Amino acid sequence: MRLAGIILVSALLTADAIGAEIPPAERRSGTSFMTPDTKAMQDDDTANPGMLWVLDGEKLWARKIGAADKACTDCHNDARTSMKGIAAHYPAFDKTLGRPVDLQGRINLCRVNQQRATPLAYESRELLALTAFVAQQSRGVAIETGSDPQLAPFIANGRELFMQRQGQLNLGCTNCHDDNWDKRLAGSAITQAHPTGYPLYRLEWQSLGSLQRRLRACMSGIRAQAYDFGAPELVELELYLMSRAKGVPLEAPAIRP
Amino acid sequence: MSGPILAGVLLALPGFAAADELRRYAVVGDAIPEPLTARGDATRGRALVVERTSTCILCHNGPFPEQKFQGDLAPNLAGSGSRWSEGQLRLRLVDASSLNDATIMPSYYRVDHLMRVGPAWRGKPILSAEQIEDIVAYLVTLRE
Ligand code: HEC
Ligand code: HEC
Repeated sequence: MRLAGIILVSALLTADAIGAEIPPAERRSGTSFMTPDTKAMQDDDTANPGMLWVLDGEKLWARKIGAADKACTDCHNDARTSMKGIAAHYPAFDKTLGRPVDLQGRINLCRVNQQRATPLAYESRELLALTAFVAQQSRGVAIETGSDPQLAPFIANGRELFMQRQGQLNLGCTNCHDDNWDKRLAGSAITQAHPTGYPLYRLEWQSLGSLQRRLRACMSGIRAQAYDFGAPELVELELYLMSRAKGVPLEAPAIRP
Repeated sequence: MSGPILAGVLLALPGFAAADELRRYAVVGDAIPEPLTARGDATRGRALVVERTSTCILCHNGPFPEQKFQGDLAPNLAGSGSRWSEGQLRLRLVDASSLNDATIMPSYYRVDHLMRVGPAWRGKPILSAEQIEDIVAYLVTLRE
């Protein structure tokens, strides 16, 4: 039953992908749409404000907390080796929950189940810092998300959300990010929406922010009701976006205008 | 995938939620010949077109030299008044999707068949009938 579903879903994916999806050779990170100044800021760790969160995250990684009085290091040792390439596979399928979790969700599961501490709030400095620190260990690693066959139905849901028109302006993500990524929406370059740099420092936010925050911003932009932080729909969208960006190297923490 | 041009007169009945909010209008061919409300004012129309919240120049560019940021997702608005009649422009603003269901141009005077509209905008058209008439009055003046 489930297997049949997966086969059907992958058949649909292949059939539809012909029209819309950006072929691997043409996939471009949002970075390639930025001005030389902003690019230079991203490339220089001493100028990239995202690195402040990474440094915080490194401290949190080693801090013992919770009823278990354990630090991330107690299970994972040196993040430079244990976390290398991990972010390139997220969101990933969680067997216990039976659904995909993103990197932030995974960090919170470790906090609750291993450290016996309270989960961190979305967009809190601590969660962004830990996520940025873990994601930074995958800089330069090509995105690999989506190869686990158990993810197929969730990727299909995410794709459906991406294709669907919504909001008062009645636009789908695909209308801008598949069909018009070489154009400009007023002053902003419309990128291909590859989630290569998250969490990232957005000049407009004057802060680091998660991919979920970015997705919610695009939803409000089309005057749709944004899904709540942590909603399964946002994780499914993340999952679809990551699988759609397969092969593009990660660059967290990135900068965006 | 351009929709068929409707022959004769079709009375568009706005959906349930909007029945008492949206004005009725008659589509003749590919146009709405009669104004939705009193005739508009072109000066106010220009101001509306360049205002960010109206959303036009997110996608369009046009003869607005003072506007630094204009989109390039859609045709230049210069010459709209030579290409289209007043009634054609009105239908293109009210419900562009009735002419081309694949268009990305939003329907500015329609509240039905929309999904997940945010609470602040739910049940309301993007522009009011008065604003549509002001914009139409301005667009007809754009002759190249
Ligand atoms: C009307 C056009 C439009 C629509 C529709 C739209 N976006 Fe965007 N999106 C943009 C623009 C413009 C940017 C770049 C904003 C900036 O950097 O100022 C962007 C940025 C993004 C990014 C960040 C990419 C990066 O390099 O960091 C992601 C991811 C994204 N959008 C996903 C989505 C999703 C998912 C949807 C649908 C829920 C969506 N967008 C709908 C215009 C759109
Ligand atoms: C999200 C993008 C988008 C927005 C926002 C938008 N348009 Fe359009 N518009 C288009 C596209 C694309 C076309 C081309 C025809 C089509 O696709 O139906 C178009 C066509 C037109 C035309 C006919 C142009 C011609 O001469 O062929 C006019 C006039 C027009 N729009 C006016 C407006 C006005 C006024 C607003 C704001 C109240 C607006 N548009 C908002 C995308 C947009």
